[in-house]
Amino acid sequence: MTPFAAGFINTLVTGRFILLLTLGILSAPAAMADIGSRIWATGGVTNIEGSAGGGLVPWAMLGSYASDEEWGGTLALSRAEVDDYSLSVTGAGLNWNNRVEVTIAHQTLDLDSLVFTLKNGFGLEQDELNQDIFGVKVRLAGDVLYSPWGQWSAGIQHKRQRDFTVPNAIGARDDSGTDVYLSGSKVLFAAVFGRNLLVNATVRGTRANQGGLLGFGGDLNNGYEVMSEAGAGVFVNRQWLLGAEYRQKPDNLSFAREDDWWDVFIAWVPDRRLAVTAAFVNLGDIATLEDQQGVYLSLQGSF
Amino acid sequence: MSNTKTLIVTLLITAGLVLNGCQSFHGEPDNNLYQQLGERSGIADVVEDLLYLIVADERINHQFKGMNVAQFHRNLTDQLCELSGGPCTYSGREMRELHADMGITTTQFNALAENLILAMEKHQISTAAQNRLIKRLLPTYPDIRHL
Repeated sequence: MTPFAAGFINTLVTGRFILLLTLGILSAPAAMADIGSRIWATGGVTNIEGSAGGGLVPWAMLGSYASDEEWGGTLALSRAEVDDYSLSVTGAGLNWNNRVEVTIAHQTLDLDSLVFTLKNGFGLEQDELNQDIFGVKVRLAGDVLYSPWGQWSAGIQHKRQRDFTVPNAIGARDDSGTDVYLSGSKVLFAAVFGRNLLVNATVRGTRANQGGLLGFGGDLNNGYEVMSEAGAGVFVNRQWLLGAEYRQKPDNLSFAREDDWWDVFIAWVPDRRLAVTAAFVNLGDIATLEDQQGVYLSLQGSF
Repeated sequence: MSNTKTLIVTLLITAGLVLNGCQSFHGEPDNNLYQQLGERSGIADVVEDLLYLIVADERINHQFKGMNVAQFHRNLTDQLCELSGGPCTYSGREMRELHADMGITTTQFNALAENLILAMEKHQISTAAQNRLIKRLLPTYPDIRHL
């Protein structure tokens, strides 16, 4: 078994409760009638922070398929494995009337090779960093499919770092922080060879170092900065979406340079209940370890 | 690293421009979509299956109660035929006026859109033709929702 497969299975085991819940919901006949009414794949997938979006970027769409008279929810398991780190995410979300999305996510970053740097350089014994993220996103206006100006949403992600010893030692100021973002998404019908094109732009105010896993604020900069994020994808048909994302990042710590992130993804949405996303991710330099590239896999169930 | 990123962004932009450029360069004849939908008889078949799906759909069938089915079928077929560039004229009532008292929700609009897509899929209408037809139907959204 490849290390990635083993890692993903490990993530599955960690998230066994969510997995069982997902399978339970997927197999419940009563839920058949209750899946939301929005068009296939318009709920996006669950990003690494638990919000509906792509993989790295939150989009303006709200999770699940709930339309304006419906409730919906999502459960997701994701794993990114780059050269020297692996990130596991479990997430869950609820959507009320396609107006408000409430999400919760737990991230575990396995430090793998950084363990030695920390031990030799800082005398720290730490092999993983954990973070909880509580998110709320509100659809302000528009519909991603039907409105000429697209759909606009605003959201917050409140992040709480659980293992602050390492972030503190490398200069982070706080163990919690709140990102604020505004996002616009639009599906342009028959835009590329008759295929539908999804475009998304997000601006985020943040103090987070590496998304918050390395704490918030730092010696180089301790205030909020505005970051630009974007994504675009082409629906090959209504089940397959091919695209790319870019996420600008702050650089608050003199300890190590922080790079922007990008990914190229393929998402498969066989029906409203299941979405599978695979991606190539480039996270740049992370905590002195250079050019972190690898693969990302995410499973999402909707109900 | 930043070179790779610049390269990828450049490639994406170039690809976008090229794809769009090709599309407008070839410039389809106006009734191309009408042909892809199988002309008026093909459209009539899709609308017939759409009606079966509507009747079975608890989210929206109540909105169609008491409707003259033959007239609805003829009008919607003419409307899609005209929209797709075919030689038909929609002779039904104006969309906004028609839906004024129905209080159609986004949920109901989504349900109808879903049924239309399923009906087109059943008749092997290509993804591109489906998308082009929906694109031409989008301006009816504010009228149907009465926004």
